[in-house]
Amino acid sequence: MNIVVTVKQVPDTWAEKKLDASDRTTDRKSVDNVMNEMDEYGVEEALRIKEAHGGEVTVVTMGPQKAVETIRKALSMGADKAVHLTDDALHGSDALQTSKALAKVIATLSPDLVITATEASDARGGVMGALLAERLGLPQLTLARKVTVDPAAGTVQIERQADNGYALVEASLPAVVGVVEKINEPRYPSFKGIMAAKKKPLTTLGVGEAGLDASEVGLASAGSKVDDAEPRPPRQSGTIVKDEGDGGAKIAEFLATQKLI
Amino acid sequence: MPAERLLPTDEARELLGLVADITDQELEPRASIDEAASQFPRKAFTVLGRAGLLGLPFSEEVGGGGQPYEVYLQVLEEIAYRWAAVGVGVSVHVMSCFPLDRFGSPAQRAELLPSLLAGDLLGAYCLSESHAGSDPAAMMTRATVAPGDPAAGDAADAGFRISGTKAWVTHGGVADFYTVFARTPSAASAGDTPAAKTADGGISCFLVDAGTSGLDFYPPEHKMGLTASPTTQIGFNDVPVPAARLVGARGQGLTIALTALDSGRLGIAAVAVGLAQRALDDAVAYAQERRTFGKAIIDHQGLGFLLADMAAAVESARATTLAAARRRDHGLPFSRQASIAKLVATDAAMKVTEDAVQVLGGAGYTRDHPAERYMREAKVMQIFEGTNQIQRLVISRHLARS
Ligand SMILES: Cc1cc2nc3c(=O)[nH]c(=O)nc-3n(C[C@H](O)[C@H](O)[C@H](O)COP(=O)(O)OP(=O)(O)OC[C@H]3O[C@@H](n4cnc5c(N)ncnc54)[C@H](O)[C@@H]3O)c2cc1C
Repeated sequence: MNIVVTVKQVPDTWAEKKLDASDRTTDRKSVDNVMNEMDEYGVEEALRIKEAHGGEVTVVTMGPQKAVETIRKALSMGADKAVHLTDDALHGSDALQTSKALAKVIATLSPDLVITATEASDARGGVMGALLAERLGLPQLTLARKVTVDPAAGTVQIERQADNGYALVEASLPAVVGVVEKINEPRYPSFKGIMAAKKKPLTTLGVGEAGLDASEVGLASAGSKVDDAEPRPPRQSGTIVKDEGDGGAKIAEFLATQKLI
Repeated sequence: MPAERLLPTDEARELLGLVADITDQELEPRASIDEAASQFPRKAFTVLGRAGLLGLPFSEEVGGGGQPYEVYLQVLEEIAYRWAAVGVGVSVHVMSCFPLDRFGSPAQRAELLPSLLAGDLLGAYCLSESHAGSDPAAMMTRATVAPGDPAAGDAADAGFRISGTKAWVTHGGVADFYTVFARTPSAASAGDTPAAKTADGGISCFLVDAGTSGLDFYPPEHKMGLTASPTTQIGFNDVPVPAARLVGARGQGLTIALTALDSGRLGIAAVAVGLAQRALDDAVAYAQERRTFGKAIIDHQGLGFLLADMAAAVESARATTLAAARRRDHGLPFSRQASIAKLVATDAAMKVTEDAVQVLGGAGYTRDHPAERYMREAKVMQIFEGTNQIQRLVISRHLARS
């Protein structure tokens, strides 16, 4: 199995997310950056499939130079090699442009299986998997809480998480599979893994080397524009209900006005 | 103010980063809960083991991490900072692997060490007995030689059978292998007579699988602290041990045990430093928040000086411990320095944890804050792997010989 797993470096999950005042792109400079937490599940699943069926796991990311830290983490968890698409021209790319760039890179790797997380915690668009599948011309299985591949039959079957149960969905390989956090418990890198990661192949590609034209990507030609942004208003102080024998009724009334019941 | 470390290599810095990551997520949230419930966190050891943290000071050829003691001890410190019982457990595991690594034959090391260091197995160290703690040479557990089966044409001895009762075994009942010390008959007095079979030939060291027949694990002791780490007696009822599981020469056991303890004491010193650092950090955080007489208590000089003394104790304990470790890493004798480190660091931990309770006032005396637990945990460090009286005995004997 030739498995590609996409990862993204994002501002630390618990950091306050801000936009850069100059161009209203995500501020990545003033915060700690980490591997998108949900991508850890994708990497883990890719490693488990490789461990069960053999093959190779390639990590693909697009992001600034610093994103190499996230690649290192995936490699120290056990991935075999990585491709890092990085170029100043990519700065400010929207989801459509990003998917175009990533699909270009992924297509050259001829994967049997592409694994993505459901979303990244910075933009939370949740569309990258679908965009990649479309651009690669591959079937997409989403919200997988369990993945079973049958390389001999050339199929992948998933349990697709639903509100009250799951659906069994199957596709022929190659395919794009999006996983949810329930799927596994990601491993920590090991000390030996950290040492070994330094020696694993890492290909760094600029826009031109990836076969893209700088005019297709980046903030200037992005299809979506951020005109303005406001920080979330500070949380309002709550309503205090004094229980004078009618506390239950008052709480119910409050919940009803909030349309919660 | 968490410890500021001077680490020798980039590799060590990345290792310490990994350790902080894992221990913050896997140990920190559970320590108080499992200590209160006397619950052994076996899974936490598996996580540490898979990450390669149970075999750090052993060479890479046998599956270890190839780290000097200077680095390994700082990892132990960080583990104990989150959870002392786990720090002690890692140190005991490493000490249990030590005899095989240092005294095992090349064949034994190649066959057994990789699995002991791979991370899935946990070790224990059976030296003490109820009447033989400070004086292990007084042990009564005995291994007899089991003759080979002459009918099958066995010329060599088939192995040993161990009988007796070991006490105070950390990881008793939860370990996968036991490094056991027992009296053996003298190798020279061969022959079939009963006298020859029992003539005392000193102490020998054995490696015993947890699944071996005749092992009897007693219920854990009811301890003052380190309640998540089971400490038990183990009965040995004619426990069969193959000849290939004798570590080192017959009769070499006491030397092996004392050599292992020299390194083990460095481990306990590091665990004590980690615990003391934690008590200090918690106390400082509290003293910055808590206000009396219109200001933070840390700004009352009387209390600020108490905290200053605590910081001085922690940093000098760390310096003493790492200085001893560097001697070991350079291949210099370090037995005296290890005893000094164990004495200084564990006494410092006792004093600092006690003072941390004082800094927290009434709150420190309740179980709602971990300060009282730190104090209970520090106490045992002055007792095991040689009481601090025994450390003084070791140090003074070195001085007398010099
Ligand atoms: C939690 C815990 C875990 C342990 N884990 C292990 C383990 O994994 N493996 C293992 O083998 N053992 C273990 N031990 C045993 C430990 O090493 C012994 O308890 C310790 O060596 C002291 O022995 P003792 O308890 O028999 O005390 P004793 O030897 O009876 O000592 C009693 C007192 O007399 C003092 N004393 C004794 N002799 C002298 C002397 N010559 N000069 C001055 N004072 C002296 C001692 O310092 C002490 O204060 C553990 C103990 C504890 C409490």
